Amino acid sequence: MNWDWSVVDEFMPRFWDGVGVTLRALLFGSLIAFALGLVWAMAQRSGHRWVRWPVNAVTEFIRDTPLLVQLFFLYYVLPEWGPSMSALTTGIVGLGLHYSTYTAEVYRAGIGGVPAGQWEAATALSLPRSRTWIAVILPQAIRRVVPALGNYVISMLKDSPMIAVIGALDMFGQAEGYSNETFTAEAYTVVGIAFLVIAYPASLLIRYLERRLALTR
Amino acid sequence: MPSPAEFAKSTSRANGSELVRFEKVTKRYGDVTVLDELDFSVSTGKHVTLIGPSGSGKTTILRLLMTLVRPDEGTIRVDGDYLTHEERGGRLIKAGEKHVREVRKKIGMVFQQFNLFPNMRVLRNVMEAPVHVLGLPKDEAEQRARELIELVGLTEHLDKYPTQLSGGQQQRVAIARALAMRPQVLLLDEVTSALDPELVQGVLDVLRDIAHSTDITMLVVTHEMSFARDISDAVLMFDKGKIVESGPPDKIFSEPEHQRTRDFLSTVL
Amino acid sequence: MMTEGMFTNYFLPGIWITIQVTLYSAALGLVVAFAIGRLRASRLWIVRFLAGCYFEIFRGLSALILMFWLVFALPVMFRWQLVPLWAAVLALGLTYGAYGSEVVRGALAAVPAAQREAGIALGFTRFQRLRRIELPQAWPEMLPPFNNLLIELLKGSALVSTVTVADMTFAGNLVRLGSNESAPIYTLLLVLYFVMAFLLTRGMRLLERRAKANVGQGRLRASLAPREEAGEGHGALTAGGAR
Repeated sequence: MNWDWSVVDEFMPRFWDGVGVTLRALLFGSLIAFALGLVWAMAQRSGHRWVRWPVNAVTEFIRDTPLLVQLFFLYYVLPEWGPSMSALTTGIVGLGLHYSTYTAEVYRAGIGGVPAGQWEAATALSLPRSRTWIAVILPQAIRRVVPALGNYVISMLKDSPMIAVIGALDMFGQAEGYSNETFTAEAYTVVGIAFLVIAYPASLLIRYLERRLALTR
Repeated sequence: MPSPAEFAKSTSRANGSELVRFEKVTKRYGDVTVLDELDFSVSTGKHVTLIGPSGSGKTTILRLLMTLVRPDEGTIRVDGDYLTHEERGGRLIKAGEKHVREVRKKIGMVFQQFNLFPNMRVLRNVMEAPVHVLGLPKDEAEQRARELIELVGLTEHLDKYPTQLSGGQQQRVAIARALAMRPQVLLLDEVTSALDPELVQGVLDVLRDIAHSTDITMLVVTHEMSFARDISDAVLMFDKGKIVESGPPDKIFSEPEHQRTRDFLSTVL
Repeated sequence: MMTEGMFTNYFLPGIWITIQVTLYSAALGLVVAFAIGRLRASRLWIVRFLAGCYFEIFRGLSALILMFWLVFALPVMFRWQLVPLWAAVLALGLTYGAYGSEVVRGALAAVPAAQREAGIALGFTRFQRLRRIELPQAWPEMLPPFNNLLIELLKGSALVSTVTVADMTFAGNLVRLGSNESAPIYTLLLVLYFVMAFLLTRGMRLLERRAKANVGQGRLRASLAPREEAGEGHGALTAGGAR
């Protein structure tokens, strides 16, 4: 087996830079996905067909097409129409947009899980619609969606290397750059292991949350 | 149509020899001892009914015989062979899967919840094991299955799925399925408990007929006391994992010796 | 605008490569899913443990990184070169197979224990029970989650373009470089993927309906089953005579 620890040593500074970028992309990507997904989910419950229908179509389209191609679209096509974004920003927007269509499904299930009696009670009390959402429905829905949202954060982590393809220097981008410059391959292994080291404890945490929530429901 | 007697003739041996023997069998679930050093035997061709309050260990006996649970202590023999043990060099060791399966082929079971295979039509439910376990040719297995389905009066339902049948019909298919393996012992585990009251009689009539017209050995757990009285050669009264009293049905049901038996019978009769 | 030559020279073969990659990795993934899913319920703890390790590792890995590792690191480390197409199929199949194993495990675990007991009572071997009783009942339950995984796999197939496999995404990038027109190309690409996903979903629905019909579901519900009269159907028996 060919393995040179000195190559690993030399790669490490760039690796840590990459970790920072990956985590930043993950944090902001998740925030966008959480917020935008909620917007989709509420729009899908709208009483107006011309709100529901286009939102359904758009989310379905985004969910069923590859994130990689969406990133290309955002990076190469969007600047033709408007301001261009950096590779990292594009990556964050792409990740957030793509995963918002998944979180929308999660919210939808969570909202659907709130008993119909809650809506009826809110109506009986003449609560305004905004109040019904904010004070009654969402607090009950959010609790049950936390583990599922967490699982999508982990999925997003595993998809995040794609932003390197449009040039963002996350963990994987750094590994690719370093390996190409030095004609070595150790960096890929380092990054692969790094993903496992982050993803496994995270998935354990989610499973723990799932069990706790199942018990307290 | 062959008489039910012909079905059993080929498998049952001469009356009188011991077909099932429990020796000092103990079974515990955690701290609860469901069977406590139980000894009893069933002779070939006899119909033995196990009665007693729930939790007294009756069903556990059937599940032990079917090797769905394993005894903690003691041995079980079927037709002379150890069920969960093997003799090697004069010593008893835990039996391997193959040995267990070989001995178990002598036993058939009908479950409380029927447990038909929902993915197979009636005919296939009955044919499946004879073809794939006994290795019967398909046409022979099919003929045997058709005869048995006729025996339980369901010929017009051959091509239905279990979910399209009533509970009573499903249970009769389950009886045919168990008989298709030509077992020497048939275990009946509260086979009417899951049925609507109006469907119970049809199932009991089928079983009564099999009991009276064949010499298959039966081990029955039931709450249907008149059925038990009708078909049994012997009744065993269980309580807290032990046999309280045993004897012919007339004696147990008419003049029980033990207070425990009297109390139990007064709750179910 | 994309010229006709570009379309026939790059795009059409690219579509075919995308289909191939998806089907090959789906086939590999299916084998892995069944093997690992079954082994995770093995009686032997060591087998369970190893299958569990496989699941955790490949579920935690990013398919893209695994692909790069197979294509660029594996040859350097072990002097063993894989054709990029097969490396890509391997990476996708192993990763999505790990997800699929969870589907298989869950569906098998959901088959009622009573079915296993009935199988034991009829003398079936472990393997016969799995093949004749448990798998046929679990299969229809697996199809909807398998459909989701298949769509994810189709989307994941775009990753192969990054390791120089000339699928339709790769073709799209080539055309962009050649024509400097990106909007129509990437729009077309997205639409193509969407259409493929739509067709796959349709196909899987069909499969699901057939599977359900085959196991006696989706026909008559139990509540619609005919009621029988007490005592009906035992007449045939009385001919057997009393003892």
